[in-house]
Amino acid sequence: MQATPSAPSVSDGLESSARRTPIINDLSLQVATANGSGSQTANTVLMRSIFQMGVPVSGKNLFPSNIAGLPTWFTIRASRHGYIGRKKEIDFLVAMNPESAREDTLALAPGAAVVYDEPLGLDALRSDLHFYPVPFDKLVGPVCPEAKLRKLVRNMIYTGVVAHLLGIDLDEVRRALLKQFGERKRKAADLNWGAAQAGHDYAAAHLTKTDPFQVQRMDATAGRIIIDGNTAAALGCVFAGVTVLTWYPITPSSSLAEALIHYLDQLRIDPATGQRTFAVVQAEDELAAIGMAIGAGWAGARSMTCTSGPGISLMSEFIGLGYYAEIPAVVIDVQRAGPSTGLPTRTMQCDTLANAILSHGDTLHPILFPSSPEECFRMAHDAFDLAERFQTPVFVNTDLDLGMNNWMSEPFDYPETPLDRGKVLASEDLERLGSFARYRDIDGDAVCYRTLPGTNHPAAGYFTRGTGHNDQAGYSEREDDFVNNLDRLRRKFESIRGALPAPEIQPRPEARIGMIYYGTSRYACEEARDQLSAESGIETALLRVKAWPFDPVVHDFCASCDRVYVVEQNRDAQLLSLLKMELPAALAGRLQSVLYYGGLPLDARTVSDAILAHEQEAAQ
Amino acid sequence: MSTAPVKKLNPLGFEILDYRGGKSTLCAGCGHNAITERLIEAAWAMGVEPWRVAKVSGIGCSSKTPAYFLGQSHGFNALHGRAPAVATGALLANQTLRCVVVSGDGDTASIGMGQFIHMLRRNPPLTYIIENNGVYGLTKGQFSATADRGSTLKNGTPNELAPIDCCQLALELGATFVARSFSGDKRQLSAILKACLGHNGLAVVDVISPCTTFNDHTGSTKSYAYMRDHEEPIHDIDFIPHYEDIAIEYEEGAAREVTLHDGSRMVLRKLKRDYDPHSRLHALEALYAAAQANEVLTGVLYAETGRPNLAQSLKLVPEPLATLPEAQTRPSPAALEAVMEEFR
Repeated sequence: MQATPSAPSVSDGLESSARRTPIINDLSLQVATANGSGSQTANTVLMRSIFQMGVPVSGKNLFPSNIAGLPTWFTIRASRHGYIGRKKEIDFLVAMNPESAREDTLALAPGAAVVYDEPLGLDALRSDLHFYPVPFDKLVGPVCPEAKLRKLVRNMIYTGVVAHLLGIDLDEVRRALLKQFGERKRKAADLNWGAAQAGHDYAAAHLTKTDPFQVQRMDATAGRIIIDGNTAAALGCVFAGVTVLTWYPITPSSSLAEALIHYLDQLRIDPATGQRTFAVVQAEDELAAIGMAIGAGWAGARSMTCTSGPGISLMSEFIGLGYYAEIPAVVIDVQRAGPSTGLPTRTMQCDTLANAILSHGDTLHPILFPSSPEECFRMAHDAFDLAERFQTPVFVNTDLDLGMNNWMSEPFDYPETPLDRGKVLASEDLERLGSFARYRDIDGDAVCYRTLPGTNHPAAGYFTRGTGHNDQAGYSEREDDFVNNLDRLRRKFESIRGALPAPEIQPRPEARIGMIYYGTSRYACEEARDQLSAESGIETALLRVKAWPFDPVVHDFCASCDRVYVVEQNRDAQLLSLLKMELPAALAGRLQSVLYYGGLPLDARTVSDAILAHEQEAAQ
Repeated sequence: MSTAPVKKLNPLGFEILDYRGGKSTLCAGCGHNAITERLIEAAWAMGVEPWRVAKVSGIGCSSKTPAYFLGQSHGFNALHGRAPAVATGALLANQTLRCVVVSGDGDTASIGMGQFIHMLRRNPPLTYIIENNGVYGLTKGQFSATADRGSTLKNGTPNELAPIDCCQLALELGATFVARSFSGDKRQLSAILKACLGHNGLAVVDVISPCTTFNDHTGSTKSYAYMRDHEEPIHDIDFIPHYEDIAIEYEEGAAREVTLHDGSRMVLRKLKRDYDPHSRLHALEALYAAAQANEVLTGVLYAETGRPNLAQSLKLVPEPLATLPEAQTRPSPAALEAVMEEFR
């Protein structure tokens, strides 16, 4: 950076800003690379190093639908306030990709810092940024004699450079590296450690820090873990005693199935015999995946599939059959944007409405909305209990942001209750009862008793169909049988409502307006609440729904507010539509949508800007 | 002195009545009803425990039939073309079930083709019966994909498209037991269905089963009259169930004996020419040649014992997964703590 001595310039102002107002533990760092260039390890080490220094952190990978070559960005946000949603503005850019470097640099706000590959010459583009050129190719040679590994190892150099510039303890980088590679890959760890040191040493010797961003030790991450939502959900399934997984690969849910297979192999194979207490089948398509899950649920397994939007479309018919034939199955939907090609690697909350009423005919399905890895674990687990208890397909709607990105989390609590296997009659029960009627509501909760195929009793068998049956599972096209069954299923949905997790409410005594949201919109909404309060004096009460059908408290919350902003990541206001289905018209009229559907994780500023605009309009 | 008629019991002590189901609602003379009868006889004769049977079907006339046999068993009339997935799932949950799938030519060879061929690859332990009449009955007589080229609808419209031969597909894609029969061939169909029940793995039986309402006319190649003239049995089958120890005598080279997984035996007596039921290539050649000659080959086209079934390939514990105790399916708190440590 060359400051002109004669006249004060922007650069002069920049140079002094570091000394004047250091910004500590509050930055968004973006690494821009090419897909497939192996930057993931370097980025994870960087994120983990900050985490190990006790600073709240989140990492988001924005990647294209491509194996190698297209631009990809990894964003790390460190926040002493604990904000871990996406931040729109990038404070610190690491520009490694010639394809996107120019555009990435031009998009930065004044005062941001840029570490870049020296030959890119980015410092010529602007004078209001802090530039740090690094000759990566020159540095990688000495630390990586093997030419074919250099492409990967050069990434770790920027980890070292950034560590020096931000004040990240190099010991923490080393710890994170060893964690990443494990003892078995000691050679690779050493190679990368050499690269990190080289970057650090180069920065120390050649770069003068002029930007204000710093990382300093805190104590806000002790005891926590870093994990992605898909792995967390997979573990929830393992500890729910899942016995059948049938799936078809689809981004962004494939890593859930793969994590599940990994842990089932680790935890559920008898080491003495090699025999498994689980079955996994990679199906030929999503029709077969859900068909097998339904068949397995019918025969008594804790069965599941995981998928994303296109798979949901294909599963529609079977989900309706599961609803009418009353068969348990768990469907974890890691949501992504729309059908076919387009944005399969971007995040959305776009299957809310579809899943709530999936299939033809009158159908209603419970949905759980996890917002964190802990909830992915817990809700994936609970979904099996709910499915078996209520004998119906249960959805867990997560999304790409939650599923595929790394999140800080409290370690998961071991489930407190035994598995709830629902109302299943064994042969002893049938011996005592003499007979049973498969679809008769004995207990008044609209949940009937079932038997499993293979139950050794002459009265156990019954014939399973879709809609046309009486309460003894006999074939019937009678009007009263059909209506009675539909009415009972509706009552069963009310029983389900009472068993779902209650919303999380954060009241504000002064608040006249509220926000309702779900899943990963949580982080942006909580931060937006603080922005509105601090910047505009607007106080908001918060309600996060954790499940559909909604708890009655949602009604009370809406009644306590003048206006309720329903924040979600889709175009058609899907959660708001469900709220309107359940709320009286007077309350429904208080609902106002705040929508984002660009495919990136929702950020706080989008929410607070939209609410502020509406509030100003309302005040006029 | 008169005596009450002695009830005939199978090895389990059940009468044939215990294997019956509800009254058929199919048309009089429908081939499917005859297949239902043969299934009842076969399950009774083989001493299958009714409570252990899971009947699964798709949609169509054929798929209604599980309501008409084995009334004590669990049944699942599922979705059009999707019985393979449901049956496979049920067997993953409980591999001790004896699973019988009834499908039709529309259910299997059109809408369910994807599931059919992937089921063939997996070898789940089930009997898959295709009640093949060449038309869609429930929707009133449209061609199915197994209709022969040149055969006609009732109104005379000819089929211009090549037929799908489910037995050829089954052979190509690795099925371990493949047979074809005719609903009117009581003795042969009975023997084949018994053999299916004794097989460990997927047994596919394509049964030509005339539709008296929509496809039993002169332009049809799936009519009773056509089958009387064109059926060509490849062998005569003597079936000896696993619980009987009877020696069948035959001259050297006049028959081939096949021992099934459960110990039952088939003695396949040579008719016009020798037929090797252990050769896929032989079976495919025979089917191609027969198609050229406008013959419908029936009999056990292929039998392979010893291949692991799906549950065995997946190395499942022998007990049904569905009813494993929690201690076996939910890992310990210590296991969760160890996993959490990986992420600290």
